[in-house]
Amino acid sequence: MKNLFKLFSIIILIITSNSNSFAAEKVEYLKTDWSFKGLFGKFDRASLQRGYQVYTEVCASCHSMKYLSYRNLAEPGGPEFSEAQAKAIAASFEVTDGPNSDGEMFTRPGKLSDKFVMPYDNVKAAQAANGGAYPPDMSVLVKARGGGVDYIYSLLQGYEEAPSNVSLDDGVYYNKYMYGKKIRMAAPLSDGLVEYGDGTNATVEQMSKDVTTFLMWSAEPHLESRHQMGFKAIVYLIILTVLVYFSMKRIWSRVESEV
Amino acid sequence: MSDHDYRPKSKVGQWFNDRLPLLTLANHLTDYPTPKNLNYWWTFGGILTFCLITQIVTGLTLAMHYIAHADMAFESVEHIMRDVNYGWLIRYIHANGASMFFLAVYIHIFRSLFYGSYKAPREIIWIIGIIIYLLMMAAAFMGYVLPWGQMSFWGATVITNLFSAIPLVGEGIVTWLWGGYSVDNPTLTRFFTLHYLIPFLILGLVVLHIWALHVPGNNNPVGIDIKKPSKDTVPFHPYIVIKDGFALLMFMIVFAFFVFYAPNILGHADNYIEANPMVTPAHIVPEWYLLPFYAILRSVPDKLLGVVAMLSAILILAVLPWLDTSKIRSAVFRPLYKQFYWILVADVLILGYVGAMPAEGLYLLIARVATAYYFLHFLVILPVLGFKEKTLPVPLSITEPVLGGSPNLAAARNKESKIE
Repeated sequence: MKNLFKLFSIIILIITSNSNSFAAEKVEYLKTDWSFKGLFGKFDRASLQRGYQVYTEVCASCHSMKYLSYRNLAEPGGPEFSEAQAKAIAASFEVTDGPNSDGEMFTRPGKLSDKFVMPYDNVKAAQAANGGAYPPDMSVLVKARGGGVDYIYSLLQGYEEAPSNVSLDDGVYYNKYMYGKKIRMAAPLSDGLVEYGDGTNATVEQMSKDVTTFLMWSAEPHLESRHQMGFKAIVYLIILTVLVYFSMKRIWSRVESEV
Repeated sequence: MSDHDYRPKSKVGQWFNDRLPLLTLANHLTDYPTPKNLNYWWTFGGILTFCLITQIVTGLTLAMHYIAHADMAFESVEHIMRDVNYGWLIRYIHANGASMFFLAVYIHIFRSLFYGSYKAPREIIWIIGIIIYLLMMAAAFMGYVLPWGQMSFWGATVITNLFSAIPLVGEGIVTWLWGGYSVDNPTLTRFFTLHYLIPFLILGLVVLHIWALHVPGNNNPVGIDIKKPSKDTVPFHPYIVIKDGFALLMFMIVFAFFVFYAPNILGHADNYIEANPMVTPAHIVPEWYLLPFYAILRSVPDKLLGVVAMLSAILILAVLPWLDTSKIRSAVFRPLYKQFYWILVADVLILGYVGAMPAEGLYLLIARVATAYYFLHFLVILPVLGFKEKTLPVPLSITEPVLGGSPNLAAARNKESKIE
């Protein structure tokens, strides 16, 4: 056991000393309190609804969310718009459907069962409209980035004037949180860009937090039930483990050996 | 009670058992005499059986909803995560279950290394175990390809490309494996087929593994042969069943923590980006449980020799019973081996760590030293140690050290409790 401890302390020492040297090169992400972290973490409904507004008014002009449907907006554990609201949101989009009985494609107002309408028909069209860069689909974006929500939250606020020693091509911007510090997306947010229905002041920081919360939900729509079930499961397992432990002690007391 | 004495009490039972002796088998399994001094490191056999069954059950369920097609696989996984009832739970159990499976198997293997469980007369159990381990790695690797994310695609590309190192026929073999000229839909469908098949091969081998175990019986922390049944043994049921059950529950708490609170922490973020043959990720890394071997592969500058080194690192384990020349099984009575054992554990952990880092500079140097040491341990240290090492006196039975016989045995007992 002693050896084991020695070993672990050595390994932890190596790992921490290394990660420290990494941290020196890496920028620390901005921190904020996420309501969905922790054992009982839940989404802030109002923040999710505001986040959807930011997504749909700002991000959605370039970024798709192809794995989400409008019905998701009204489902428990999400922004929880009322069904009428979600229907109205869906109906505000034009969806291409068909072919009809004449063999023609047609457009109609969106329904709850429709997937989020995509800003571009395909990847090539998206690239053509964005100087060759493809705006990634945002459905699982926070899970697809190493820093997760903290990274996205920081990136949205990480735009700065480029230092004098960095030269930027046309259509390339400086962002201190981006890998390589260069990004093809112009700063998407500015104070007061959206007008929140609930009167919240739409600062860049507030919008970043709201839209990142929304993206966390879109990537993990069952996060709340996962946390709730997890707590129950682990409490159940702990109680059962204790009971089994005492049964084991009892059974093993019949033989002169330790467990 | 020995097996052939067993006779079911009821008439019906006798009638059935005379035709198919399942009741005799059940009786053998419950009465199976087990050393009473087994510590908690011995509970991982049962835990591994649980892991295998969990993977098979969740895997079958996932296969009902998954679509093995390059254009639809990623989307179907998202469908499982979003729209299938409790699909997220099943998938997270399956994905983290693979990691838990490997965690348990590594503890199981290193337990065997510490207590010399691979030595005569248990060589066949050990070799079957190594084959199971190899199949596990194959299954895990192919399973990781199925979500068709960036790491899936590029991991598959890197690993299958290893075969191109084989002289003359290498390129042909790679094309044959891929079913084309790059990793694509045919690769995905065959990986899915094999990923579905391998667990059942493992299941069959597990039966053989346990069968082979039940011939000589369990090794034990003291590492001596014991008389069975005797004062040194307890029947498998209820003693070992309840102890394994308790350990399994502890294991499940850790498992549940990962599934419910950190389900993606063991995976790579890039695998949530759909596979794109045009974009190579900055660092292609395998899952954590393959990292030590990945480090060995990359530490050799030559491709072919790297592949040979990586395969040898696993296959060398199969001949371990003959490389270890010591007559004493348990490290408890082998003071020198015990030191080298812990150095080996550290060595493998270091290999795992550098395997996750870019292969350059200091990391590459560390990887090379650690690789060299890994082979040194098995090829030089173990054979020599068996002749040179002065071992401690070994007790004659389990009951003696447990009850504390001579002063020597008391010392042995102290050492034993330390590692428990």
